[in-house]
Amino acid sequence: MNDIMRSILWLPEQASTFAKKVDQLHYFIFAVTMASSLLVGFAAVIFFFKYRERRARQSTPIVEPSVRFELTVIAIPLIFFLAWFVQGFRDFVWYTTPPKNTMDVYVMGKKWMWKFAYPEGPNAIGTLHVPSDRPVRLLLTSRDVIHSFFVPEFRVKMDALPGRYTELWFEATKPGRYQILCAEYCGTWHSQMWGEVVVMPPAEFDDWMTQQKAGLLSDRVDTGGDDGPGFHGTLVEYGKRVAMAQGCLKCHSLTGEPHIGPTWLDLYRRRETLETGETIIADEGYLTDSMIDPRAKIVKGYKPVMPTYRGRLTAPDAAALVEFIKSLRSQNLENVPSKEAVYEPARR
Amino acid sequence: MSQPVASAIPAPTEAPVYQEINYLNADRGVASWLKTLDHKRIGVMYFASVLLTFLLGGIFAMIVRFELTTPEPTFIGANTYNRMFTLHGMVMVFLFMIPAIPGVFGNFCLPLMLGAKDVAFPRLNLMSLYVYWVGSAIVLTGVITGGADSGWTFYAPYSTSTPMTLFPVLLGVFVLGFSSILTGLNFIVTVHTLRAPGITWMKMPLFVWAIYATSIIQVLATPVIGLTTLLVGIEKVGGFGFFDPGRGGDPVLMQHLFWFYSHPAVYIMVLPAMGVMSEIVAAFARKNIFGYKMIAYSSLGIAFVGFFAWGHHMFVSGQSSFDGGGFAVISMLVGVFTAIKVFNWVGTLYRGAILVTAPFIYLCGFLFFIVFGGMTGIALATISPDVHWHDTYFVVAHFHFIMVGAVIMAFLAAIHYWFPKMFGKTYNEGWAMVAAAFIVLGFNATFIPQFLAGNGGMPRRYYIYPERFTGLNVASTMGSTLLAFGFVIILIYLIFALMRGKIAGENPWHSKGYEWRTSSPPIKENFAETLEYPEEPHTYREPGEEPEHVII
Repeated sequence: MNDIMRSILWLPEQASTFAKKVDQLHYFIFAVTMASSLLVGFAAVIFFFKYRERRARQSTPIVEPSVRFELTVIAIPLIFFLAWFVQGFRDFVWYTTPPKNTMDVYVMGKKWMWKFAYPEGPNAIGTLHVPSDRPVRLLLTSRDVIHSFFVPEFRVKMDALPGRYTELWFEATKPGRYQILCAEYCGTWHSQMWGEVVVMPPAEFDDWMTQQKAGLLSDRVDTGGDDGPGFHGTLVEYGKRVAMAQGCLKCHSLTGEPHIGPTWLDLYRRRETLETGETIIADEGYLTDSMIDPRAKIVKGYKPVMPTYRGRLTAPDAAALVEFIKSLRSQNLENVPSKEAVYEPARR
Repeated sequence: MSQPVASAIPAPTEAPVYQEINYLNADRGVASWLKTLDHKRIGVMYFASVLLTFLLGGIFAMIVRFELTTPEPTFIGANTYNRMFTLHGMVMVFLFMIPAIPGVFGNFCLPLMLGAKDVAFPRLNLMSLYVYWVGSAIVLTGVITGGADSGWTFYAPYSTSTPMTLFPVLLGVFVLGFSSILTGLNFIVTVHTLRAPGITWMKMPLFVWAIYATSIIQVLATPVIGLTTLLVGIEKVGGFGFFDPGRGGDPVLMQHLFWFYSHPAVYIMVLPAMGVMSEIVAAFARKNIFGYKMIAYSSLGIAFVGFFAWGHHMFVSGQSSFDGGGFAVISMLVGVFTAIKVFNWVGTLYRGAILVTAPFIYLCGFLFFIVFGGMTGIALATISPDVHWHDTYFVVAHFHFIMVGAVIMAFLAAIHYWFPKMFGKTYNEGWAMVAAAFIVLGFNATFIPQFLAGNGGMPRRYYIYPERFTGLNVASTMGSTLLAFGFVIILIYLIFALMRGKIAGENPWHSKGYEWRTSSPPIKENFAETLEYPEEPHTYREPGEEPEHVII
């Protein structure tokens, strides 16, 4: 029965405990909707055939509903609607109240990717590994605009808002791979803000986590997922390695001393005056542009001597360089990889 | 059952008459139109304007639909696509749907239905049309030059951080709000003060009740969208932080403000549609409205309760579960009021004398769409399923069933029903039936696949979508093509009817509605003499005839 209804309604498979609850109510709502609209439809069709106009300007009797009739037609839909509501609200409260023993994962949405961070564990972009049959709580936030974390097979969705944390929990029931979609419109590539949940049997997940922490696994995910560079460190460490390999540090110092090019120390979000007199903020966009088209915006006091790195840097290389530059703060000379959020919202 | 004898009713003997000197030609020249204070002419100018905006919104919709025939980029880029659905939403909601029925048929019919010579404030009425034109011009200039890409909901902080220029669009919506408020105010005062002697509150046509309830919402809710657009605009242009958390604001607050207007706005669109259908079911079933008071009061009920249901758009936005529960229960009440109306419309058919015409076909389509659109709305308000459905195509299909299905059915029905009165001509009934069939089938073929895509988990506003949804999207695009074809047929035969249509006569449908008790087209002063209103507007008996009274 469940499978028949599911295929009639085009629902994806049920891969979480919540999915089963949602679908049960969905079927009930569907049945009531169909039954009541058929009744209304039948009544209309019968009247339609029985009471056709027989003469122009035909007179008709005045028909009025009695108070009892009126109360009945109010009561019947109200009873069904409230029944839906009671069940729906119970399930919703269940869904918004995570159990105590959840495994927490921090999720950050940004245009147009999902980042995951396990407390004391690995970070990942795009792919979320979770165990089956264990409650998992996601603490969602956003770096820029509103996104919404949606896994159709789990029937779960929650907005990720900038400047605050929302939470969502689920218990996956079937190991497998499920698509994560962004459901809140967030700009150009909203429709490509996809990720994947990999649900593993609990024992397998524990092994995976141990290996992640030890940094042994060759497909360690914290450098950008499966198609990232073959380096098993943090993005910042990788960026430092790229900087040395590409010779960036021959002209850019890390100490604050101006050299042939501006120093990278505290460069990120620094206000720079250009040769043209314009001032800019050295944000991610400016830094990346300067690698690809260095002579477009020259900082005042420097010569336009930097060659273009178009074709010499891959996109992950450039991103890693930016992350490396971001890590260079004067109060924070050590290369500590930035931690994702550590705030835990109060239990409601 | 006492069957009145056919010969007892005097058959109409005289041929239909076209009123040679009427409101359309009593004064001549463009200036006489632009400076007119006649509610009928203002209604006709609204008619021409909303047809243009509907055409525009429809073109954007077709571009979106054709882009979605393949899961990959088809023929436009991602940013263009985002602009297209934004344009479609903004034009359809703010420029077409909100002014459509009140602006055209409210203006044209309301004074006629009340036996009045005009609305209470004719100058204000003309001004609201001009404000509508100015607002529309600002919105259109803004979207064409600035490239708004925020969706019609302009949620912050996306809207306040997008590189596109959004301010003109927001300003345009702000200005349009004034038009809406002025129209609403005018209608409220008209209903209170200009009812002809004999038309008591309980003898007002149900369309008047619906417009009255709509006007209350327009006056009370529209200032909130003005406030919202203003705040978003100031934040975008001036860098203030009302909604952007990076600047100390709260994005969820923006959603509360937005939906505080935009949920009641749905009833600004739907209530007039319900009013039209109440008139049409009575006219074509030749039958008194079953439960007149229930329909009248449920309009007011929807107007009132509709104000407190906005939070059901925000179940997964981060608002508390308790809020969610409260908003859900209130939404159920809106559903009950709508259900009452549906039962009463169907009840009106009982023991009627049904004449099948194009407006009646639209009535059938309307009933189907309002039942499924309404029931899926209640389903969405049941909270836990909404966690899955929220922001998917299920929601898109649901509100198109209501806003396109129900409202456009009513708009088309109103055009066909009142066209003979407005222009004194009749259209070709055969073609009208063909077009109605195209439209009802086209709507279903367009939006039923979208319900299924939403169930499958396809989020809305997707330029690229997972391949498993290709079949459903192709089906939907094919349906929308049928639909567009139906509209083209209507346009052709209506233009033909305007030029060469047969003379309609005063009352081609033999309707008992008060607005039919004058010439077609009406004279400038509406009525040549003061009429008496001994009967209810929907009672189908001949003078002196004692009707059978049945209580169920």
